[in-house]
Amino acid sequence: MYKINAESKGLVSHGVSACAGCALELIFRNVLDVLGEDTIIVIPPGCSALFSGYGKETAVKIPGAQMTLEATAACCTGIKRGLLAQGNTHTTVLGFAGDGGTVDIGLQSLSGMMERMEKVIYVCYDNEAYMNTGIQGSSSTPLGASTTTTPAGKPTKRKDLVGIAAAHDIPYAATASVAYLTDLRKKVKKAKETDGPSLLHIHAPCPTGWRYDPAKTIEIARAAVETGCWILCEFENGKWVINKPLKELKPVGAYLKAQGRFNNLKEHDIAQLQIQVRDHYARFIEKAKLN
Amino acid sequence: MQRRPEKPMKTLKSCKVLGPVATIFDSANTGSWRIERPVVKFEDCIKCGTCARYCPANIIDIFKDERECVVIDYYYCKGCGICANECPVGCIEMVDERSARKNDLQNA
Ligand SMILES: Cc1ncc(C[n+]2csc(CCOP(=O)(O)OP(=O)(O)O)c2C)c(N)n1
Ligand code: SF4
Ligand code: SF4
Ligand code: SF4
Ligand SMILES: [Mg+2]
Repeated sequence: MYKINAESKGLVSHGVSACAGCALELIFRNVLDVLGEDTIIVIPPGCSALFSGYGKETAVKIPGAQMTLEATAACCTGIKRGLLAQGNTHTTVLGFAGDGGTVDIGLQSLSGMMERMEKVIYVCYDNEAYMNTGIQGSSSTPLGASTTTTPAGKPTKRKDLVGIAAAHDIPYAATASVAYLTDLRKKVKKAKETDGPSLLHIHAPCPTGWRYDPAKTIEIARAAVETGCWILCEFENGKWVINKPLKELKPVGAYLKAQGRFNNLKEHDIAQLQIQVRDHYARFIEKAKLN
Repeated sequence: MQRRPEKPMKTLKSCKVLGPVATIFDSANTGSWRIERPVVKFEDCIKCGTCARYCPANIIDIFKDERECVVIDYYYCKGCGICANECPVGCIEMVDERSARKNDLQNA
């Protein structure tokens, strides 16, 4: 279908203009590798749009559409319904959106898609701000992080996307991290096999927006999990599971200090964040016990 | 004030394609961005594949039976340093790209 100007090992071109060290790029490749070529992708504006094309050229070998920031989930619904009307039950429909396009701007259409129980896989890669337009804070920006719209540090906590999905009682929702690729790929496979909507919320460290050395992307993603700042969990058929439950959380200090966006935190701010992260983790464990 | 569309949609003649439509699968020469280049010490490599798994550009190949067991495609490598940072035995070194290029030219 496409004129191939450059060879690639998988479905995604090797030379994509995501920043050096971008976690989103690694997530994108792994998600498409698991889903395979019988997939249609919907991408809204944001850094992931780097993959959907620049004029006549595209960086993916599968069909896709670049939609508006509000409407990823609605477009996925339309494509899925169209396929079903043609009797096609095999093609996977994938929405691949950033945090701003999911927890803020695209939230109502995502909510509608989940309420209607559309069989669509929705992936939100979370770089914790509006990166593509210059690092504005989103409602996924964590407490204390500096962005261009929260220069002194974000004064409020982030939204809990998987909790929102669980409130719609969809069959499968999970978080994942780019540092744990086997776990991530297993979850993509589960999402593909789910009969109904599935949502994956994937932590995507961003060297440009978080201000750290690009070589540290995986190290930072791992530290987020080990400190409890990013909890690996699944919500499957009404039950919560915590993957790799931690007996002890590592102190958040080293994780925060490795990133320029937390530069203006003082020691007592870090101590407060530590309490907040511990409490949040403990509450999560309790929630999982209530199943 | 926004102007009304010249013609209502219904009166438009057949309009099959909503553009722009990308029809060419292509790649940019992202290797030209590189400031530092990853160089592998083949003797120390344990061929675990960690570097290949985490390379965001998916351009590392492992050849277990070859002397040059880790091959990096420098046409695309952005020099992010993730491979060097994640290698469990630390056998990837990031070297200055300009001096590496000078060496390439001398050896060519
Ligand atoms: C309704 C609307 N508001 C604003 C924009 C401008 N815009 C384009 S990309 C973008 C950032 C999206 O952020 P996110 O979804 O987090 O993706 P990221 O760039 O971080 O990958 C914004 C605000 C838009 N396209 N549509
Ligand atoms: S700004 Fe961040 S998320 Fe966007 S391409 Fe660069 S590293 Fe990736
Ligand atoms: S990570 Fe290091 S040891 Fe493992 S294959 Fe790559 S270069 Fe070799
Ligand atoms: S430096 Fe980055 S882009 Fe280059 S091979 Fe290593 S991980 Fe891949
Ligand atoms: Mg974002």
